[in-house]
This record gives sequence, structure tokens and C-alpha cells, in this order.
Amino acid sequence: MSGMAKVAGTGVYVSGNDIDTDRIIPARYLKCVTFDELGPSLFYDERFNADGSSKGHPLDNPNYSGAEILLTDNNFGCGSSREHAPQAIQKFGLKAVIAGSFAEIFHGNCTTLGIPCLVMDAENRSKLAATIESQPDAEIIIDLEALQVICANEIYPVSMKESTREAFLAATFDPLDNLLSAEAEIRQTAARLGYA
Amino acid sequence: MGKSLFQKVWDDHVVRQLDSGQYQVFMALHLIHEVTSPQAFGMLKDKGLKVAYPDRTYATVDHIIPTDNQSRPLADDMAEKMIQVLSDATAENGIEFFAPESGSQGIVHVVGPELGLTQPGMTICCGDSHTATHGAFGCIALGIGTSQVRDVLASQTLAMDPLKVRRINVEGELAPGVTAKDVILHIIRILGVNGGVGYAYEYAGSVIDNMTMEERMTVCNMSIEGGARCGYINPDETTFEFLRGKERIPSGDAFDAACEKWRAYASDADAVYDDEITIQAADIEPTVTWGVTPAQAISIRENVPSPASVEGLEKNLITDALNYMQLQADAPIKGTPIDVAFIGSCTNGRLSDFEAVAAVIRGRKVADNVRAIAVPGSEKVDVAARAKGLDKVFEEAGFEWRKPGCSMCLAMNPDKLVGDEVCASSSNRNFIGRQGSSTGRTILMSPVMVAAAAVEGCVADARDVFGMKGAA
Repeated sequence: MSGMAKVAGTGVYVSGNDIDTDRIIPARYLKCVTFDELGPSLFYDERFNADGSSKGHPLDNPNYSGAEILLTDNNFGCGSSREHAPQAIQKFGLKAVIAGSFAEIFHGNCTTLGIPCLVMDAENRSKLAATIESQPDAEIIIDLEALQVICANEIYPVSMKESTREAFLAATFDPLDNLLSAEAEIRQTAARLGYA
Repeated sequence: MGKSLFQKVWDDHVVRQLDSGQYQVFMALHLIHEVTSPQAFGMLKDKGLKVAYPDRTYATVDHIIPTDNQSRPLADDMAEKMIQVLSDATAENGIEFFAPESGSQGIVHVVGPELGLTQPGMTICCGDSHTATHGAFGCIALGIGTSQVRDVLASQTLAMDPLKVRRINVEGELAPGVTAKDVILHIIRILGVNGGVGYAYEYAGSVIDNMTMEERMTVCNMSIEGGARCGYINPDETTFEFLRGKERIPSGDAFDAACEKWRAYASDADAVYDDEITIQAADIEPTVTWGVTPAQAISIRENVPSPASVEGLEKNLITDALNYMQLQADAPIKGTPIDVAFIGSCTNGRLSDFEAVAAVIRGRKVADNVRAIAVPGSEKVDVAARAKGLDKVFEEAGFEWRKPGCSMCLAMNPDKLVGDEVCASSSNRNFIGRQGSSTGRTILMSPVMVAAAAVEGCVADARDVFGMKGAA
């Protein structure tokens, strides 16, 4: 696995604070035993009326079709720990999320799946949102090494928890192999605590 | 310098620091259920891995199980398949499964404590954000995603960043009719839905000290709604007495030795916190939500806020929430008509919740236009409630007494709102569409407040409706 230093693609802006995991994927779509089919259910109730007709959500606006970077506001992903939410985002084709802030469990789930979550301040978000609206084909480049986003010749500073950034750059965002390599220490810890 | 419980439990369970700077932390107890865990077994299989510590994981079913007819196969094919996959995976891997009709099935966060699987000083995780509930026993209790469920199955460890600790003191004495649910809704209202990001919440102070374990679980349960990664309460005699005699708790000398060990995990008197706030019990009233996040809450005596009072994005949030809820700015929340009353969930589905409601609804009737359901949190809660005749009290009042499950808290089962129905709900989330209809409306409140709303047919002050001392 090679490190993930850059993510690039066009963007889509979904506005709002406190967009919770029930909005990202309504609970009825959690009835599954694999995550494979979740893409089309992303933001379902925000996108479609009960009769299946479109509500005109940005994800369904042809201007933003094929977008790979999601821009949104504060406390994105609050609520449930359901990995179905980041899985749906990934399966839909989105590769990274930029927001004012993230709920923690959601942020951790995204990281494990290799979806970088970047924090950007309100002023820069509204500038980037305006650019996405006026130039939907403009490529957004997320540079994890420099911690900046480049779009239409503008540079936007972003932040990310250092341990998370390290994990992306070293491609250890999926920690399982690393965790398993400490088998002996795990056994010692379990024995010390009386758990084994 | 003393340590907080968080630091002690963390230090005990750290296996090592990882190169990224994160820590590898051993999980003492892992709970799994049918919605977020079956996929993890598939991931293990794909990697050719086995469950490393099968006796540290326990399974049950709660989210998708119907509360009317639980006979197998379930009417919903996918629900049946999800249970079957979990049942097969647990059997194959030697994991204990509390299946329906085993006598121990229930909502995972009700089951762990009532069996005594949840013990002070543990690190606990589960693919469910309300795992925070177990913090009531003095645990670091974490909601995790499915890939992390995989990590724990394969290694019994998680990669984690340490958390800051905010001590929240609740001092004084709660007035009659003010409950643990009101305490946590009030805390979230003050600190916000993302006020806890980066923190573990340590709840303390005389109000918390005087709470029963079931009340403490209600408080810790909604830590996640406040944005905290987890919440906990230091273990004390109340904790130990609750655990004494539970099925999976040692007895005799071993119990006394365990209490000694558990007591030592409590935060030291000179522990240092990253933040500390104090809330006065006298300021807490029966609290209800008016909007679409748990922080959009007011006391039952207040009016719904107006977007005119704020600027910017906040203005839009209030406007959108009022539109969704079909409420008028500046109008009282009291008197808002309801269609459904729901008592249950991992927040308020324990025996004492039903006892508290039974004590006030005896001899009263649910309003004609209200559909009211009471859903015990587990088979054990159901049996205990029936033994006390509570099911009959509820039924005589016009509630349906259901079988255990998550029910209408998240509507992954047949219990759902229809259209834009309004539900007075003892659950934990009032998110848009949460209760199964994309236009359904949820008003969160305590179980006795749900009972008052059920009887009146509209949001009401339980202190007035039931003549609780202390009402104005």
C-alpha cells in the first residue's frame, strides 16, 4: 500500500451544520450484510421525495456529477457510529471530505477506509463553495503533505490531526496489520489485566 | 499529581504506542449486534483471520428485531438474514450469543450491565455510538465502526488517540419531576452537540452521586449526543451494590476483592482535568427538544426560539428546524399535539423507567388520538416488569406493551412513524427522519414527560398533569 499524499477531483458543496448519520444514510438502508450496495442510498431522503422524484440535491445536479470531493459545514457525521455512512460516501464515488468540523467516530471510520477528512475555516469554505458553484469543473487538489487545498489558482489552508495525517502519508490508515504485529504484547497485556 | 479514571483505565489498557503517534489499546469487553458486526466477520474471512479472544466478545440482536411478533423466521427476509449471519458467525467463532428467547436478549447496552459483563475499570467497545452508556460503571466505553469491530475481533485492540477529560459537576438537588434525562438534555443544551469533541465527559457532583445506576446509564448514554467520545461516572458503593449478585459477577471473597480493584479506578481527589464546569440542579427543569438536534432543547415552560434572535448560519438552522418540525417561533412548546408516545430505548428502557411511569399513569388513559407503545429494553426487564404487573398498568392505560428491542428509537424494525407524525419519545435522537419517516417529527423527553404527553395528547408538564410536588 502506497501513501496517500494527494487527492484530486471536482467538488460538490452540501451546506448545513450537524448533518447527522441518519441523513447521510437513513436507517432503513442499514439492512444489509455487506456494504457493497450502499452508494445509491447516500443522502437518500435529502435527495428524493417519497415518490422517488428528485428534490434537486447538489449530488444530483448535473453540474457536479462525478464530483469526488465533498465540501460541507460543521459537525459533519454526528450521531451514529454506523460505518455505513462513510461506506456510502465512498461507494458513491467521493474520495475526501472537507468540513468545518467532524464528529469523532465518523472521522475515525472515514480514516480507516482511506477517506481523508480535512478541516477548513468558515471564510475559506464559503470562498471554495462559491468557486465550486461558479466553476464546477475546476479541479480541487488536496495536498496532505502541505496541508492545503488548491482550486482555481487559490490556496486554502486546511488542518488534520497529526496522527491521522501520518497514517495517510505512511498508508497505515487501515491499522489492522500494524495491530496484529503486536500479538505477543497484546497477550502480555491481557494476562497482566487478568483478561486471559 | 492525581489521575482521572480515564487516565488510569487508559494507562492500564495501552499495549504500545504506534508509529503514527496513536496508541494501541486493549479492549476488555466487546459487544456486537446484527447491524454493524456481520460485515466484520466477512472482512476477517477475506483476510484469513480468526477471532483472537472469542471469550471477550458477546453478541445479541436488538436493532432490527420486531417488537410485536418475534417468531422465526421473521417476516422481514433481510432482518432474518442479518440475525442468521450473526448467529452463524458467533457459533463458528465460539462467541456467546444472547439470542431471542434465550432469556438474556435485549438492547446491547441494557444487556451488558444487567448480566454484569460491564465492570468498572474496563475498556468497552461496540459498533454502536450509545456504547457510552457503559461509562456509568466507570469504564471507557466507545462506539466504533465496523472496520474497528474487525480490528477488535482480530486483535482485541483498537488504534486510538488519547482524549481530554472534561469534568461536569451537577450540584444540588433535582426538583420533583426532574429526571436523569432532563439532566443530560440540559447538559447538551448548554455545551452543544459538538461541545464534547475530543473529550471524555466525567459526570460528577452531588446529583450524580445520588443517582441510581439506571439513572447514571441514562446520563452517560447521551454523551455522544453532546459530541463527546465517551462519558463516565466514577464507581462507588452504588455501582458495587448494583453489580452484586449479577449473573457474570463473582461472589463471596472474589466480589470483595473485585470491589477493591474497582474502587481504585475512581478519579483521585487531586486529579487534573482539561476542563471543568459546574451546573446547578436548581436550573434544570423538565426539558424537551423543539428541533432536529438534541441541543435544540428548552424547558417545558419556555417558548420555541426565534430565528430573528440570531445571525448567519445559526439563523438558517433555526429556520430549517422550525419548518421541519412545523412549529411557530416564539410559541410555547407546551400544548404541541402529538400522535405517538414511545417509552423505551437504551436511554430509557430499563425497569426503573417503567416503574416511574407506572406510578403516575395508574388509573389514567392515553388520549384517544395517540398511539402509545412501551418497549422493555431486554427480556430480563420484560420479565421483571411483568412480575410487578407493570405490563398490565401500561395496557390498562392504553399503551401497548411490546417485546424487547430498539423499536422506534431508530425504526430499523416495523415500529415507525408514518408521514409527519409527531412522537413524544424517551429515546436519544430527534434527527430528521430518525424514527422511520422522512417527514416524521421527534420530541425527546423523559419517560414521565412522554406519559404526560400521552395522557394529554400534547406536550405537557408532567408535574402539572400528575400533580408532582414542586410544580409551579
